[in-house]
Amino acid sequence: MIATSRPTIWEHAQSRGVSRRDCLSACAWMTAMLGLPATAVPEITKALETKPRLPVVWFHFQECTCCSESFIRSSHPAVADIILDKISLDYTETLQAAAGHQAEEALHETMTKYKGEYLMLVEGSIPTAANGVYCCIGGRTAQDIVQEAAAGAKAVIAWGSCACNGCVQAAKPNPTRATPLHKIISGVPIIKVPGCPPIAEVMTGTIVHLLAFDRVPQLDGLGRPKAFYSRRVHDTCYRRPNYDAGLFVNSFDDENAKRGYCLYKVGCRGPVTYNACGVMRWNGGVSFPIQSGHGCIGCSEANFWDNGPFYHHLPSFPGFGIETTADNIGLAVGAATVAGVAAHAVVTNIRKRHLIREEMKTSEDVKDGRAEQGGE
Amino acid sequence: MAAKRIVIDPVTRIEGHLRVEIEVKDGLVADAFSSGTMVRGLEIILRGRDPRDAWAFAERTCGVCTTVHALASVRSVEDALGIVIPPNAELVRNLMFCAQYMQDHVVHFYHLHALDWVDIVSALKADPIKTSEIAKSISSWPKTSPNYFAEVQKRIGNFVASGQLGIFAKGYWGHPAMKLPPEVNLLAVTHYLEALEWQKEIVKVHTVFGGKNPHPNYLVGGAPCSLNLDEANAINAERLALVGKLLAEAKTFVEQVYIPDLLAIAPFYTDWASIGGGLRNYMAYGDLPKNGFGDPSKFKFPRGVLLDRDLSKVYEVDGHDPRQVTEAISHSWYEYSDGDQAARHPWEGETKFNYTGPQPPYEQLNVEGKYSWLKTPRWNGHAMEVGPLARLLVGYASGNAEIKAVVDMGLKKLNVPVTALFSTLGRTAARGLETILVANWAQEFYGDLLANIKNGDTRMFNGEKWEPATWPTKARGVGLTEAPRGALAHWIVIEDEKIANYQLVVPSTWNASPRDAKGQRSAYEASLIGTPIADPEKPLEVLRTIHSFDPCLACAVHLYDPQGKTLNRITIG
Repeated sequence: MIATSRPTIWEHAQSRGVSRRDCLSACAWMTAMLGLPATAVPEITKALETKPRLPVVWFHFQECTCCSESFIRSSHPAVADIILDKISLDYTETLQAAAGHQAEEALHETMTKYKGEYLMLVEGSIPTAANGVYCCIGGRTAQDIVQEAAAGAKAVIAWGSCACNGCVQAAKPNPTRATPLHKIISGVPIIKVPGCPPIAEVMTGTIVHLLAFDRVPQLDGLGRPKAFYSRRVHDTCYRRPNYDAGLFVNSFDDENAKRGYCLYKVGCRGPVTYNACGVMRWNGGVSFPIQSGHGCIGCSEANFWDNGPFYHHLPSFPGFGIETTADNIGLAVGAATVAGVAAHAVVTNIRKRHLIREEMKTSEDVKDGRAEQGGE
Repeated sequence: MAAKRIVIDPVTRIEGHLRVEIEVKDGLVADAFSSGTMVRGLEIILRGRDPRDAWAFAERTCGVCTTVHALASVRSVEDALGIVIPPNAELVRNLMFCAQYMQDHVVHFYHLHALDWVDIVSALKADPIKTSEIAKSISSWPKTSPNYFAEVQKRIGNFVASGQLGIFAKGYWGHPAMKLPPEVNLLAVTHYLEALEWQKEIVKVHTVFGGKNPHPNYLVGGAPCSLNLDEANAINAERLALVGKLLAEAKTFVEQVYIPDLLAIAPFYTDWASIGGGLRNYMAYGDLPKNGFGDPSKFKFPRGVLLDRDLSKVYEVDGHDPRQVTEAISHSWYEYSDGDQAARHPWEGETKFNYTGPQPPYEQLNVEGKYSWLKTPRWNGHAMEVGPLARLLVGYASGNAEIKAVVDMGLKKLNVPVTALFSTLGRTAARGLETILVANWAQEFYGDLLANIKNGDTRMFNGEKWEPATWPTKARGVGLTEAPRGALAHWIVIEDEKIANYQLVVPSTWNASPRDAKGQRSAYEASLIGTPIADPEKPLEVLRTIHSFDPCLACAVHLYDPQGKTLNRITIG
């Protein structure tokens, strides 16, 4: 759906009756004007003849810029390759050279010239209290700006938990009425990429999918790319066998922590968090929170700030029955050291039964829209 | 000639939402107004929560200076509860601090600030052979062949020729204030791309110890990562080796790319050594403890205040003294119960929204009245500049030998007197100079960590006061640190195991705030006065000075409400 009908510069020239020969000499002229050696002519010609880069505008509203920072951490593709070769990032307050009305001009040029064709990226939530005065850019409210831009966008990506569900500023009591993007705009496909921030390669991977396959990736019931958000951190965690065996960290830096046991009892939210951390890990695969000894805080889930305190282990969660038994499992295994192997077999069987029940429950929940994301 | 009002909104290549309005008269800035135009309300959200969770909320204050708010937060809780963390945890925090500085300062120089001085389009006219000669003459960095620079030039050329200029569209290319020869521009553009690639490496120090970046994990009482040399699931020799390699490579990049570029570009802009000085007072809380955070005398960055640019006297700073740090709101969109002229210490502060600005969409703010979401902090009533320059000046005036040596080296290389530091160029140079120190100190802290482990100490966490049952009914603390952008502090009041009050006074609040009740300007506004403006339509010179502070506005705007008033009921108009 991102396939574009934008003419390349060469096609545009052709439509005006310019011959291939004229075009080549124009390229040579441009090369000379730019002070480049003649060997650069084919490169320039190729640049003019190939598909134009996808125009992209990136908005910042109520956010902390951690999504932009994460984006530039991408190891594949490298961020320079994306912004120089793959997309045309025409508006982004964090990186663009222009400021003030020159920046606004660049934005409006893209919105006019590529109406219906540009990709809109949104970082941050949108405050709706007090007539929007809690976030103004160029004298206009965030709501005003995003609604205008969404009307001409081909597709929208909601970066991070702020745009997807309001994140920290929407935590109780949400003083500015910080609102997620999907409650502000409509009529355009929204891809949600939650996380605080999302993993760098999940962000660039979503863009690469759009560019390489000319279509939106498969999304789950909450609008998130299935490729990155279809598995719980718990199910892809390398410490999971410790959980299954009832081996838990009881307090930070205790003997069990030093052995890398499961962090469930010190608050890990892995069992209720859908994200790719356990598989892709962070910053080029170096580690992820659990590997570095701290439980997952569930940063890609709606309202995760209000599901705390972070260091209390999860209470009984609908659909996650097995987690509530963790203390009992731990006790049982502790008492049954002699019959360790048998205990493990029993635990594994209990787990499997629960897993099946859980799977059935989860698919019902998604169908029912139980986990509808919302920031308020 | 009548003054002309110029509005720059959004100010780009910063973090957050900043608006600057200036009045230009006879080609000079006659007056300036700095406004933060976004507010989220993190402090009110923190109230009533578990103090041990506060770091995670507070860390989300800013994703550019990630980690620093988490650090200030855990320190505030540790201060309130009297927790002393193990030496290894202090060293891990120091290493994360150093990694943050190196990444942040390099990204600021190349990706946020450089385009104020470097003309990308001019780089296309450069002779790559000459660029190569310049590169070899200033550094032993290996990537300096003429072909290498020619390739980069070709890539940028193709990019420009495509007609889609992306992030470089509408830049101030060809502006008369751009002074670099094409060859130096090409060098800087090349390193813009290299730095973009490099910055994602050094942050892996955070990933090792904190699991991810941005927003690695912190822990009240220490660090969450356990040390166990005999375990794959903990910090072991392999993890430490990775950190060692990252720190060594970062030091090389700083010494062979960042600093040589800074020293190559600065001589073309020495006129900026007498522009943008602004305030005459500087403050640093200091950081990087060698002997635990309780002993400021052993901090690598000393603590102190300088008044009226007098380097012979360093005043003491105390976050616990209710008279020293206060915040005022006479020009901020808040109100105080005892009137708009009052100033309050953060422990005693109060906040209530009072938006009196124009209804959007608007063209101009009413700068006679309230005009920003930032409050106005003062130290003993004085406006303070904070940041790399303040840190180095406080260190210099304190007689710190390491800081003195690096500052004198920089002054000698640029052939300018120490007074040249009080300027836009001085601020940008100070940021580079302190990065040299931080890169060296990281090596030292890394060595200390290995030595400590070798001596058998593997503790990372002090859990004595972890359980709320061990806490007093009431406690209050302050967590001080130095963010890359300057002095940062969080004040916390804990009552009945919950946060009763929480407030951040951050670097960009000191620097970017509106004027106070007495009409004293804060750092941004003061530094812009007298700046020459060649073309009012393209106020590049304003960006130079504002960017020299490395603005971070999401940090700067905050609110809290000790009375628990329901702020979300306030409606305007």
